[in-house]
Amino acid sequence: MIQDKATVLKHENFQGDYRILHLATTGIGPHVQPGQFVHLQVPQLGDRILRRPFSIYKADSESISLLYKPVGRGTASMATLHKKSQVDLIGPLGNGYPEAANDTLPVLVAGGYGNAALYLKARSLKRKGVAFFGGRTAEDILCVEEFEALGWDVRPTTNDGSLGIKGLVTDAFDPWLLEQNERKPELFVCGPTPMLRAMGDRAIENNFKAWLSLDENMACGVGACLTCVIKQKTETGWQWARCCKDGPIFESREVLWDE
Amino acid sequence: MNKPNLAVQIGSMTMQNPVTVASGTFGYGPEYAELVDLNRLGAITVKGIAPDIHLGNPTPRTYETRGGMLNAIGLPGPGAQGFIDTYVPFLADYTTPVIVNIWGKTIEEYGNVVEQLDNETGIHAYEINLSCPNIKEGGSAFGTDLSIFSHVIELVREKTKKPIIPKLAPNVSDIGAFAQAAEKAGADALAIMNSFPAMGIDIKTRKPVLANGSGGLSGPAIKPIAIKLVHDAAQKTNLPIIGMGGIFEPEDAVEFFIAGASAVAVGTANFIDPSTAIRVINGIETYLIDQGLNDIKQLVGTVNYG
Repeated sequence: MIQDKATVLKHENFQGDYRILHLATTGIGPHVQPGQFVHLQVPQLGDRILRRPFSIYKADSESISLLYKPVGRGTASMATLHKKSQVDLIGPLGNGYPEAANDTLPVLVAGGYGNAALYLKARSLKRKGVAFFGGRTAEDILCVEEFEALGWDVRPTTNDGSLGIKGLVTDAFDPWLLEQNERKPELFVCGPTPMLRAMGDRAIENNFKAWLSLDENMACGVGACLTCVIKQKTETGWQWARCCKDGPIFESREVLWDE
Repeated sequence: MNKPNLAVQIGSMTMQNPVTVASGTFGYGPEYAELVDLNRLGAITVKGIAPDIHLGNPTPRTYETRGGMLNAIGLPGPGAQGFIDTYVPFLADYTTPVIVNIWGKTIEEYGNVVEQLDNETGIHAYEINLSCPNIKEGGSAFGTDLSIFSHVIELVREKTKKPIIPKLAPNVSDIGAFAQAAEKAGADALAIMNSFPAMGIDIKTRKPVLANGSGGLSGPAIKPIAIKLVHDAAQKTNLPIIGMGGIFEPEDAVEFFIAGASAVAVGTANFIDPSTAIRVINGIETYLIDQGLNDIKQLVGTVNYG
């Protein structure tokens, strides 16, 4: 973990409203584990002072890339960054996804740009299985060709049916799961909380693992402020775990969901 | 010109420079050790410790506001024994003195936590949390009642010879009275101020933005309030004051010294820029040199009323 001033190498429109920010950072790039994030101080955010966490989409020895969609004040300000702008980063942060077991079939499940957090994992996993990507419309299904180029069997679902199966990722996943009898699946999931929970429930019911990337509001990002805590099951009940430090990746059996 | 003297004395504790971190914004030390050279700080003030383990409040616990943030974390912590087992050995590897923020649900618990901690040589002072706005018992309820406030300080004084630093609540009508009461009860210094009681409401759901209902406001928005409280308290007591509230830049810290603080703490800024405390230390030194001052003490309480 370091604090680094990164320079914007490129800020490009990607697909629909989605954008990719490429940042030069030799201090962070080489140390990134799949599923980790950076805490970014958005310039020109005026009197809104806190950093914003972003999943790391790609990383190499000299840079990282962030895939995002302007949805709030922070990301709207971020969209104004241009080539050569400087941004202050802390990273890489969080635990990242673990190695897959030898005898499982890795499966990726993502909602919207959740698959940005899965790309590095998709690349590093030796066995390439199936990737279920869900979104509202075809515009929200990102990077299909890239994941296919890595060897993944991508199955899109959209709420409006504009791409792939009409419905939620579970509408594609559930029938697929019924047909699995050789290898046990092992899920790597990033998306909205209802999706995490749905996939986690299936993992517990069907006796396989699901590694869920949880998303909670954060302040410090390094484990000090205890803002982003979630309930983690223990033998006797539960304890708070910090999404930023103990997570963001938790196995489905660790998470005690709020009612 | 020689480097100015930045060292300050809080009772028996010597701070190599007048900059610490505000309790609750810096964990227990390890959280920031990769980003901040802990040996450069004047002191490390750790998150609040009670006699027993506490879980704190439900979520959401914080909320960003204009120029600050609300928090109602609710003092989760490992308890005195957990702190001794997990964090005291870690902190012993650093030369920087350690201030432990202590709290209790009852007056007796303030005494109890000190009894548990006081044999630890790696603990150099206690900040007595008499002002947390986010717990039902103790905290602010004690810090706004002059007689309970005095009683807690007297009790802690009986239990330890180490410096004790009551942390004052900002929501009192006469901060000077609390400063004088603390001095009379045996305090070695004062910490001014805690976050200001505050609230936000989500207009869609009409629910409070914090699960606790209300919380404490911190960050740049509260700095002018803290400056006045430090200024007013300094008129009524000779105790050194550790000033805090919205320090983000060295200039903010300088303002606190001029108002009457002998030391300062960086709080919310740690979340945004972990290098703030070090920048503030360097900036204070530069300011003193520019002003031709050779000791930080020459700056304390030097408001020019014209």
